[in-house]
Amino acid sequence: MGTVEAHGLRKSFGDVEALDGVDLDVPDGSFFVVLGPSGAGKTTTLRAIAGLEKLDGGSVHLDGRDATADTPAARDLAMVFQSYALYPRRTAYDNIASPLRARKASSSDIAAAVQQVSALLHIERLLQRRPAQMSGGEMQRVALARALVRRPRAFLMDEPLTNLDLKLRVEMRTELTRIHRTLGGTFLYVTNDQVEALSMADHIAVLRDGRVQQVGTPTEVYERPANQWVAGFVGSPRISLLACRAEGDRLVGAEGWSLPRPRWTTAEEGRPLLLGLRAEDVSVEERGETALAGELYGLEPLGDRTVVDVKVGSETVKVKARPTVTGTPGQRVSVTVDLDRAHIFDAGTGLALSTTGR
Amino acid sequence: MAISIDEAVPGPATDDAPAERRRGGRGRMVVEVLLLTALAVAMLFPVLWMLETSIKENRDVYAVPAKFFGFDITLDHYKDVFVARGGGQSDLSGSFLNSVVVAGASTVLATVLGVPAAWAYSRFTLKAKKDQLFFILSTRFMPPVVVVIPIFLMYRELGLIDSKLGLVLIYAAFNVPFTIWMMKGFVDEVPAEYEDAAMLDGYTRLQAFWRVTLPLLVPGIAATAVFALIFSWNEFVFAIFLTSSQEVRTAPPAIAGLIGGTTVDWGLVAASAVVFALPVLVFAYLVRKHLVAGVTLGAVRR
Repeated sequence: MGTVEAHGLRKSFGDVEALDGVDLDVPDGSFFVVLGPSGAGKTTTLRAIAGLEKLDGGSVHLDGRDATADTPAARDLAMVFQSYALYPRRTAYDNIASPLRARKASSSDIAAAVQQVSALLHIERLLQRRPAQMSGGEMQRVALARALVRRPRAFLMDEPLTNLDLKLRVEMRTELTRIHRTLGGTFLYVTNDQVEALSMADHIAVLRDGRVQQVGTPTEVYERPANQWVAGFVGSPRISLLACRAEGDRLVGAEGWSLPRPRWTTAEEGRPLLLGLRAEDVSVEERGETALAGELYGLEPLGDRTVVDVKVGSETVKVKARPTVTGTPGQRVSVTVDLDRAHIFDAGTGLALSTTGR
Repeated sequence: MAISIDEAVPGPATDDAPAERRRGGRGRMVVEVLLLTALAVAMLFPVLWMLETSIKENRDVYAVPAKFFGFDITLDHYKDVFVARGGGQSDLSGSFLNSVVVAGASTVLATVLGVPAAWAYSRFTLKAKKDQLFFILSTRFMPPVVVVIPIFLMYRELGLIDSKLGLVLIYAAFNVPFTIWMMKGFVDEVPAEYEDAAMLDGYTRLQAFWRVTLPLLVPGIAATAVFALIFSWNEFVFAIFLTSSQEVRTAPPAIAGLIGGTTVDWGLVAASAVVFALPVLVFAYLVRKHLVAGVTLGAVRR
C-alpha cells in the first residue's frame, strides 16, 4: 500500500535541535518501530512525516513521490495520537466517521466502514458514547478505529499505548500485531518502550538526540547493537559494560581481570575498550574457564528469575539467574562469561567492533 | 467570606468548650450579617432609588421628606423615554437604537477580528510573538480619554466625525486587544492535537479550526463578547466628543444631556437609566451558563 521515506530530516525549536538529519526507509507493509528515550525526536519525526511540523531541512517521500510540500490531508496518512485527540463533543461513531466524512464518502459507505472497524476492535457498544463517557482503554480503541477506518498509505502511531495500564498495554500489543496481520498496511510506530519495539516490530530504528543510531530487525538490534548506547538502551536488565583493553590474545580489565580475547574482535593493541555483557549471557551458577572474580552485591528477585548484582572491582555485572539462587552480600562469586555472545565497543567512539564478523 | 474569617481567626479553646465556640461562632455570624447588610444597602440603595424615582409622580419625586413608600405608581416616565410629547418617536428612543447598533456592530467586529487572531497567536510560532502580544496589550495601558483629541482630529480629516461607523471602529479598536488576550487563554486550553487530527482526517487547517476548535470556543467567545458589549454599551467619553447630532448620538451622552437644563426631569432620567441598564443585564443573564463555563473551562475538559 505505501512506503515512507525520510531523508535528512532537520528541525530545531529555538536552540534545541530536535532532528539532526534523520533518515528512515519504511518498506511497504512493514511494522516499523522508531524507538528512543523521551526527547529523542521520535514524535517530531512522526509529525514531520504527517506534515504537521514544518521542516528546516530534508524531504519526505511517500510511495516514492516527494511529499515534503504537501498538506497533511494530501499525504493520505492516518495517525493515532498519544493523547488520542478524540473530538470531545462527538460520539465515538462521529469520531471514527470523521476521516471518511472529510473525504466525502457516502453515508452508507461510512456506516459500513465504521461497522467493520468497530467489529475488528470490539467497540460496537461504545459507538454512541462521547469520549468523556469512556475509559482510557476505550478511548484508545476508538482513536485506533478512527485511523484504521480508512486505507491510507500508512498508519502513524505516536506512543498509543503509553497512557494505558500495564495489563491493557500487554493486551493491546498482541491486538496491534493481530490487526497488522489482518489489515496489512504500513505501520510506523513510535515508542520509548523497548518491549513494545522488540515484540511488535519487524524493523526497528533506534533514535537518540535527533539521530538514527541503528536500523535493523529486533534480533539485529538486540544481538548486534551498533554502539554502546544502543546496547545500553535496548535490553532489560541493562547490559553491563566493563572497561578493558586488548593485550595479545587476552582482554585485560581495568579492574585487573583477564579473559581470552574473542577471535572476532579487531581492536588494536592497547586501545581502551568496553566489554558488554548481557545479563543472560553470564552466569553465577556454572563453572567455566572464562570467569570473572567478584563479590555478591545484591539480589533482585523478579519471580520468574532473580537478577544478581556482582561487583567486579568497582564495576557491576548484572546476572540473570534462576529464582532459587541464594547468597549473602559480600560473598565471593565467580561470573562465567559466554564470550561468543559478548559485545566489544570502542571506549572512545562507543562503536561496536566487528560484530558483523561473527 | 465566612470561611476566610473562620480560618483567619481560630476560635479560642476549641477542644474543651464546644458550646462556647458555637456561641462565639454565632456572634461572629451576627457581625458578618450586619456588615454584609450594611454593604448591600450602601450598594443597592442608589439602584433602588433609581427604580423608585422612575415610577413616581413628579410631585412625589420632589416631596420633602422623601417618600419611600405610599406614593402613586406611574409608568409615564417610561412612556416619555420612548414616545415624544407630541406623539411619534422620542429622541431618546433613537439614541437607544443607535446604542444597540453601535455596541452590537463593534462587538461583532471585534470578535470576528479578535478570535482568529487569538487562534493564530496561540497556535503558530511567530517572530517576536511575546513582544507583539505585549504591544497589543499596551494599547490598553492608558485611559482611552488620553487619545480623544488626536482621534477627533483624525476623524475630522477622514470624515468620520459624527458617524455611527466612526464609533463602531473606535470601539472595535479598543475591544480587539481585549478580545485577543482573553480568547488566547481559551484557545490555549483547547489541545492543538484536535486540529492536527482533523487535518490528518483530510481537512485543511482553516476547516480544522472551523469544525473542531471553534465549537469548543463558544463559551469563551460568549464570555468575551459580553465584556466587549458592556464596554461599547457604556462608553461615554468618545461618544460625547465624536458625535453631536441627534441621529448619531448614543444613549450615554443622550441621558447625560437630560441633566443640565433649567429644570431636570428626574423621573425621565431615572426611567431612561433603568432602560439603559436592562439590556446588559438581560444579555448577561442569557449567556450566564456560558459565562460560568467560560470561567471554569480548564476544569471541565480533558
